[in-house]
Amino acid sequence: MRNFLAILERELKSYFFSPVAYVVLGFFLVVTGLFFYNIVNWFDRMSMQSMMMAQQYRQMPQPINVNMMAIRPLFHNIAIIGLFLVPGITMRLFAEEKRQGTMELLATSPLSNWQITLGKFTAALVFYLIMLLASGVFVGLLFLFGNPEVMPILTGYLGLLLVGGCFISLGLLFSAFTENQIIAFVGAFAVNLAILSLGWLANFVGPNLAAFFSSLSPIEHFDDFAKGIIDTKHLIYYISFMFGGIFLTYVTVESGRWRGAR
Amino acid sequence: MIQVQNLTRFYGRTPAIQDVSFEVEKGEILGFLGPNAAGKTTTMRILTCYMPATSGSAKVAGFDVFNQSLEVRKRIGYLPEQPPVYMDMTVKSYLSFVAKIKGVDSRERKNRINDVMQKTAITEVQDNVIRKLSKGYKQRVGLAQAMVHNPDVLVLDEPTVGLDPNQIIEVRQLIKNLAGNHTIILSTHILPEVEMTCQRAVIIHRGRVVAQDTIANMTQHKRSLGRLVLQVDGPGAQVRDKLASVHGVKKVHGGAGDRYEIECEVGRDARRELAQAVVQNGWGLLELRPKDKDFTLEEVFLNLTTEEGGAKA
Repeated sequence: MRNFLAILERELKSYFFSPVAYVVLGFFLVVTGLFFYNIVNWFDRMSMQSMMMAQQYRQMPQPINVNMMAIRPLFHNIAIIGLFLVPGITMRLFAEEKRQGTMELLATSPLSNWQITLGKFTAALVFYLIMLLASGVFVGLLFLFGNPEVMPILTGYLGLLLVGGCFISLGLLFSAFTENQIIAFVGAFAVNLAILSLGWLANFVGPNLAAFFSSLSPIEHFDDFAKGIIDTKHLIYYISFMFGGIFLTYVTVESGRWRGAR
Repeated sequence: MIQVQNLTRFYGRTPAIQDVSFEVEKGEILGFLGPNAAGKTTTMRILTCYMPATSGSAKVAGFDVFNQSLEVRKRIGYLPEQPPVYMDMTVKSYLSFVAKIKGVDSRERKNRINDVMQKTAITEVQDNVIRKLSKGYKQRVGLAQAMVHNPDVLVLDEPTVGLDPNQIIEVRQLIKNLAGNHTIILSTHILPEVEMTCQRAVIIHRGRVVAQDTIANMTQHKRSLGRLVLQVDGPGAQVRDKLASVHGVKKVHGGAGDRYEIECEVGRDARRELAQAVVQNGWGLLELRPKDKDFTLEEVFLNLTTEEGGAKA
């Protein structure tokens, strides 16, 4: 446990002692802000239209749900932004250690590869969580001018954390493959996109295959969380996805001990 | 403390080391010598559990480096060729991290860190970011890192690279002081370093051990085969014949004037007989000395690791 915490602490420090954390966090907030601005604009127009419609037909205006019309699309956007940004968070985790020779320190210290792998995974997850919390600013603004429900927001964030965890586990794996950060980034990014596109494939195949394909994509599983539903089916999907990624990373690191190629 | 037996490691089909065997006693400093690409680093990496051997075995403090690698890693401090430092950490926080993962008790941690910083003379840069340190400081931070958990065994891969002459002397002195409590393997291609710090040396060439002995034995190795220089005051031809007939003399070269160069039979010291022969004939014995001085370690090394020299040796 002490070793795990030591790795976790060092990784987090290294995010925040270098420009990485601030650049990623900054870009994340700028991009999320842009999406948010568009969503709010669109929401505004919808409300106006609904008011006008109501006036036209001399009815009460149809209430428009903030959760459904603003927060849910925002969460979807954040999930997709994560797909681009998370490889940026994870690419250095192993690649950097190999390049600067510190893998030699870790590998010759009395640490298990589980401690190393889990420490790094958790560090990236904590950083991602900080990113998500920062995006709470936008949701908070909606509370100032509207009255969204709290619970679906919480489940939405839980879902985002799980989606991010999947991206992180994949990114970690690609970082363990190489000492080149660009390869680690591009590899993780490409596989993230490929898995996402499997979800889209569902639109073009028969109903049986469609269910299969859509159940592969981390984004598809996120829908229910955004709606405020926690379904064990999705939880199991995410947890097994993450475990798979972490386990493969562990195997990759461990195999280095046997082959001596690290 | 360290037993290495028939260690072999292949990279693909190329052998990096073959049949390397040696032992290091507790408290000893062993110099690990060899030209570049001789297999020094590979051997050290196997000893520190960084990579497995293809065959053969190595034990540190009685634990097998492969099957009981965790126990070995607890007892070993390792300075690789490239100091394994995190560029964006400060010296102090880096050492604190290493102390944690090496299992130094939290109560002792501070003392240990201050102690190694003092020993390696990096106390004044403890709050600097490692990236901004000079090569010499980085190297010393690497050395501090290897010692922070007070390991039984220290494996140092070229520890004085990048240091200035004063620092080199300091580091050598430091390494010398560490012996006794620590068992040290020191790889280098700087020969005086071995002569100054180590009691024993292993010379490795093209992945094989070509010599291992104490430094003293290595440098004296061939003295008995040496030639003698003799200066005799007497009739030239007669002296020459007489000298050639002395027991133990193989050949008499010579004489520039009254100087003769005598080649002795292998392993024989003919000085006593030669002196007797000269004096008995009533000639004057002006000089008698061995021609070859002790070999320097450098000569031994060159003999063993260069092609022409290799054949001669």
